[in-house]
Amino acid sequence: MSDALYDEMQYPGGEVRDHYQGFADWLQRTPADKIVQKREEAVRAFHRVGITFAVYGDDGGTERLIPFDIVPRIIPAVEWQMLEQGLKQRVRALNLFLKDIYHEQSILKARIIPPERVLANSQYRREMEGMEVPGGIYAHMAGVDIVRAGRGEYYVLEDNLRVPSGVSYMLENRKMMMRLFPELFATQAIKPVEHYPDLLLENLRGVAPAGEEQPEVAVLTPGAYNSAYFEHAFLAQQMGVELVEGQDLFVQNDAVYMRTTRGPQRVHVLYRRVDDDFLDPLAFRPDSMLGVPGLFGAYRAGKVTLANAIGTGVADDKSIYPFVPELIRFYLTEEPILNNVPTWQLRRPDDLAYCVDRLAELVIKEVHGAGGYGMLVGPAATSGEIEAFRARILAQPDKYIAQPTLALSTCPTFTASGLAPRHIDLRPYVLSGKTVNLVPGGLTRVALREGSLVVNSSQGGGTKDTWVMAH
Amino acid sequence: MLCRTANELYWMARHIERAENTARLLDVTYRMSLLPYDAIEPGLAWAEPWAVPLITSGLATSFYERFGQLSAENVLRFMVLDAENASSIYCCLRGARESARSVRGAITSEMYEDLNSAWLDMRRQDYDRIQLAGVSEFLEWVKMRSHLFRGVTFGTMLRDEAYHFIRLGTHVERADNTARILDVKYHTLLPSAADVGGAVDYYQWSALLRSVSGFESYRKIYSDVITPRRVAELLVLREDMPRSLHACLNLIHDTLEVLCDAGSREVERQAGELHARLHYGKTDDIIKLGLHEYLMEFLDRISALGDEINTHFLVPNY
Repeated sequence: MSDALYDEMQYPGGEVRDHYQGFADWLQRTPADKIVQKREEAVRAFHRVGITFAVYGDDGGTERLIPFDIVPRIIPAVEWQMLEQGLKQRVRALNLFLKDIYHEQSILKARIIPPERVLANSQYRREMEGMEVPGGIYAHMAGVDIVRAGRGEYYVLEDNLRVPSGVSYMLENRKMMMRLFPELFATQAIKPVEHYPDLLLENLRGVAPAGEEQPEVAVLTPGAYNSAYFEHAFLAQQMGVELVEGQDLFVQNDAVYMRTTRGPQRVHVLYRRVDDDFLDPLAFRPDSMLGVPGLFGAYRAGKVTLANAIGTGVADDKSIYPFVPELIRFYLTEEPILNNVPTWQLRRPDDLAYCVDRLAELVIKEVHGAGGYGMLVGPAATSGEIEAFRARILAQPDKYIAQPTLALSTCPTFTASGLAPRHIDLRPYVLSGKTVNLVPGGLTRVALREGSLVVNSSQGGGTKDTWVMAH
Repeated sequence: MLCRTANELYWMARHIERAENTARLLDVTYRMSLLPYDAIEPGLAWAEPWAVPLITSGLATSFYERFGQLSAENVLRFMVLDAENASSIYCCLRGARESARSVRGAITSEMYEDLNSAWLDMRRQDYDRIQLAGVSEFLEWVKMRSHLFRGVTFGTMLRDEAYHFIRLGTHVERADNTARILDVKYHTLLPSAADVGGAVDYYQWSALLRSVSGFESYRKIYSDVITPRRVAELLVLREDMPRSLHACLNLIHDTLEVLCDAGSREVERQAGELHARLHYGKTDDIIKLGLHEYLMEFLDRISALGDEINTHFLVPNY
């Protein structure tokens, strides 16, 4: 398998690719002890800044540092152009899809997607049917996971349209790299990403309820014990808006107010990082302590915008994923620029029959899963794990999809035994509002264990700075 | 500003200030314990130097419940490291850092980083390490961390509501702590009547002054022997003494003038009244009433003011 791997930095013969030349030269002339010292400095700085995340299932929600690797993932300008076009196209189509399924449902009438796949999906929110949202935008923030395989071709692995996280690491990683290695930025043309919070704020203001001249934006967080709390606080601070919890808000006459030291204050746009189910105990889960009673009523009345909208999960569901290329053709009459990973849907008897005997070669994912939980990476699994999964799949085949185990591209990474190739992916962040925008780059995640393909931070993955070259 | 945010900022500041004052108190206790104190009636545990910080903080009962035996080690363990004692330096720094973490958008990143690194250092401490490095060294570190945090706050923060709630918390806590420190000397450290004005009395008053960074100021202002009357004047009425009750109330009063609007005049009125008593107060009247009685009344009033601040700003009543 190893000879088929695509390495971001080197050709198979070991020669350095053009866009990595500047970095490779720097690496060669920088003394090893200086690099060790800089890596230690990075760890100290991340701890002090408190860029940590909590891991679910850990005792007492301990805070951990996401390991940061100083070797950047570099994307040449021409590849980025293609990725940018492809990402914008894909997210535009997904937003049109969401608008359609909550209104005319033309795609279901055209039989491009079996209607029950959408309507019976647990992520489909009947409450959203017929409701107008500003600009017809549902997924204001999308994190699209991209991998590179085999000979270097890009694939979309999954779309994240609910509350995608990680963008703060993209920003902090860049800040860290510029602090540690200013000379690398001085001598190379690396596109900046620092303006993301400005774009985000502009985007959120742009989807405020009609007629609001000075819309008040706030970030809604589940609270300090949420695994992504650092990011919620970070984005609120960077945008200069309030970071609110459910208990800080109340609804009166369908308008949403914050409890402030000077009395109630209106909020027009909520960048919410709370899941649909927990947003409003009156409309959804009655046991939610994180939500705001009456919020959904205010939303329906058009007095507040929720970003992302309620019910976007149906479009990033893994049972819809196989249809995304068709969605692009249907709504945009364009050919998809970015490819999907070939996917078997185990709800289909043929696919199930094909896959069930090949679990050791495949990656199996839960249709509604997220965060790397509940997945099986066949080649890395023990026979016991495979048997356990086989039993679960046969019991409920419609809960799973299967994909070939992609030979994810590698990038040199510092390990205990020196620089070694490790598998990576890429999550760019696409903003949709009055326009569709993204900053050049995204979050590169790296699987730190040798041979591992799981890059999720909750599963021991690390991150890298992502450089898009200007030319 | 969100009420919850104001509440966290206020308590962040109070916790840091409390950690600092606890360190001051332990530092002076430690120094006093090194002096001969056999003039105090032997065998009376409550008169021992190590009982002082417990009485000052109103923690004697919970200390005896947890440790039983009065000793330097037990008091230090309780007041510095005990994760069960909400007023220990450990818990104060943890509380301050937790508050800062939950509202980190409202403070500057320098402030959060400073507090976070103080907490990370604190978490590594244990009794043996403190002994090894020296108790004074450790307590000095706590004070320095508090100074540093105040400096970072002063030097980096926008003068917005968040800043005012931090200042409010700092000075409400400081007023309370200074009054408690003064009261303890009045009560428990007085040697037998014959010793008034003697060497032990002198050491104790000077130690008390040191615990609130007032020893050098006293010398500068009075250039004379230490008398209880002047100590009371310095720490209650002098507004140029930054830890005095008057100085604290100046800041509380000014801050509330900025924070209050039509709906919160009662808070401002209470603060104004308390401020006026210090602003126009006379040392003679304090001594006539009795310093202890005066301080007890002050503690009641500052606590009532704290409740009022709570009702109007921190815990929403709508």
